[in-house]
Amino acid sequence: MSLSRLWAVMRKELIQVRRDRVTLGLVVGIPLMELLLFGYALNAVTDHIATVVWDASSTASSRSFVAAFDNTGYFTIRRWVDSREEAMHAIDTGEVRVALIIPESFGNDVLVNRQATAQLIVDGSDPSVAQTALFSGGLIAQVQSANVTLETLNRAGRAGSTERGGIELRPVVLYNPRMLSVKFMVPALIGLVLQLQGVLLTALAVVRERERGTLEQLIVSPVRSGELMLGKVLPNIVLCLVSTLMTLFVARVLFDVPVEGSVLELLLLTLPFLFASLGIGLAISVVARNQAQALQLTMFTLLPSMLLSGFLYAREGMPVFFQWLSLGIPMTYYLEILRGVIVKGVGVSVLWPQGLALTVFATVVLVISITRFQKTIE
Amino acid sequence: MTTEQTAPAAELAIEVQHLTKRFGDRAAVDDVSFDMRRGEVFAFLGPNGSGKSTTIRMLCGIIAPTSGIGRVLGYDIRTESEQIKQRIGYMSQRFSLYEDLTVRENLEFYAGIYEVPRATLASRVSELIAMAGLEGREGQLAAQLSGGWKQRLALGCAIVHRPPLLFLDEPTAGVDPVSRREFWTMIHGLAATGVTIFATTHYLDEAEQAGRVAMIQAGTLAALATPADFKAHFLRGRLFAVRSTEMLRALEVLRQQPDISDVSLYGDTVHALLQHGDETSMARALTEAGILDATIEPIAPSLEDVFISLMKKA
Repeated sequence: MSLSRLWAVMRKELIQVRRDRVTLGLVVGIPLMELLLFGYALNAVTDHIATVVWDASSTASSRSFVAAFDNTGYFTIRRWVDSREEAMHAIDTGEVRVALIIPESFGNDVLVNRQATAQLIVDGSDPSVAQTALFSGGLIAQVQSANVTLETLNRAGRAGSTERGGIELRPVVLYNPRMLSVKFMVPALIGLVLQLQGVLLTALAVVRERERGTLEQLIVSPVRSGELMLGKVLPNIVLCLVSTLMTLFVARVLFDVPVEGSVLELLLLTLPFLFASLGIGLAISVVARNQAQALQLTMFTLLPSMLLSGFLYAREGMPVFFQWLSLGIPMTYYLEILRGVIVKGVGVSVLWPQGLALTVFATVVLVISITRFQKTIE
Repeated sequence: MTTEQTAPAAELAIEVQHLTKRFGDRAAVDDVSFDMRRGEVFAFLGPNGSGKSTTIRMLCGIIAPTSGIGRVLGYDIRTESEQIKQRIGYMSQRFSLYEDLTVRENLEFYAGIYEVPRATLASRVSELIAMAGLEGREGQLAAQLSGGWKQRLALGCAIVHRPPLLFLDEPTAGVDPVSRREFWTMIHGLAATGVTIFATTHYLDEAEQAGRVAMIQAGTLAALATPADFKAHFLRGRLFAVRSTEMLRALEVLRQQPDISDVSLYGDTVHALLQHGDETSMARALTEAGILDATIEPIAPSLEDVFISLMKKA
């Protein structure tokens, strides 16, 4: 690896991007346009919402209450935990969307026909999921409440106190209490725009050289394919980071979506996603013979990123196969990072597994495309 | 010069023995052997698809030969391609310039790629701009240059690191005749300073200016000699120029003659290669066909006559 050769390539790329008005327009214009066009409501019904349960009561009545949640299909109980903190942490990390918390007094309250209270903590960063959770949770509680009251009536055979009994479900919406769709959509759009830019910029930069014949000239020069690739990728990283900051600024000013967490940590977690996107761009440039093909392939990679990653539809609602498939898509992890930092205000300490997954993905894709690139030359 | 590349003390710039490259069943280059001395201007002549580019690509160390050995500037083309790449210049017919970079930026980019030391970079770039006659156009985008200027800029980029060996792959394709002549003047100027030139071309007048010419056909080396030797020895028979107002009929008539092995049209004359006898039989045949104004005169063959005759034989 020669630094002076690498620098020569990087300098050239920067000059070229600066002169290319269309690409520059792409970098500045797309985020703005997408934000404005897409920024508003996109609703979808969700089921199988991942749920964690802390059952402090641990009685027959509390268990049947939890079972009712599980049976409706709207909720899937992922795990039972032993404290409120654990339940909250599961929401913070994105493991679940909902925590059902049943206090110790629940069983006894039902028995003595006092009003029993349970709490439903909902992650509001995805409003469509949150809405479904609140609505169906409320229904389940009503039905259960009626059942309990009936049972009590049958057992005691007396009326009068029924109005005081039953079960009340108290909802708490975290992070996005007003459940604004923009809070859900804006971070996702940032991810989409970044991926589009990263993949396209890189794919075009290489394919253009192939089309114009300058690649042929570079191949007979001492420049190594690693130097060439990095020389193309690094300026794009800088460009994409600037564009991220710009989009965050617009999101704050126009949509009132501030970054709850640390911008620095967000950028840090963005880096592996960018490398992954640029790696995909390189892979496309190895296959594509001209710019039109590169563009089509870029659009092709965008589709699963939008449909499977949780961009539009929550992953919990998908068939298991697609849930597995979505684990191979960088956007899946990056969305968790974006929504985590921007909406929930969590940072690297919580989101490092997603960062790690992206790093692994980026490394694999970059290594494969650089070696494949070397082969296609021959 | 500080940027001069130090090459091993090999007398030969290129040394190739039994070089063969197969793509599947097809031999693109088949058992080619030749040597090139340092400072030589060597023209590689052949029709499209004859294996010219494949040979260059092997010599530049981009693709490995299937069999045979080759040394470029003393380095093995199989194992020492990195050393070769640092010491050769390469210019293709596509003038691989970055059209969205200026003249100066193109030169500076290639200087960076070839690691021209920063201390000499500025003077080297100005020198090349002067050589290419691009003074005053340093800040122009390469896209705005005309064909001849693009070509000279591409040459500048190819020699920014002062390579002792320069590969030119059909360097004058699509350039006007005046620019072609200027270009070759520059190439011979380089050769005079000791740079070895390896050029492929379609143009026979260009090959004629080379020190030696290799003719390649269907992957094999058909002939290798100086242009003078080619004309003296490779044409069997005597060459005549025939002129008439009825050119196409004259062409038909001469093609029928058993003594004439080759007839070709060159502008307003027909070149006929006569194997036996003399021009009287030719004159008689033309008169008998009713072509009365034909003039016939013996001429010295050009390289083109030899080339076409060789290609037809093969």
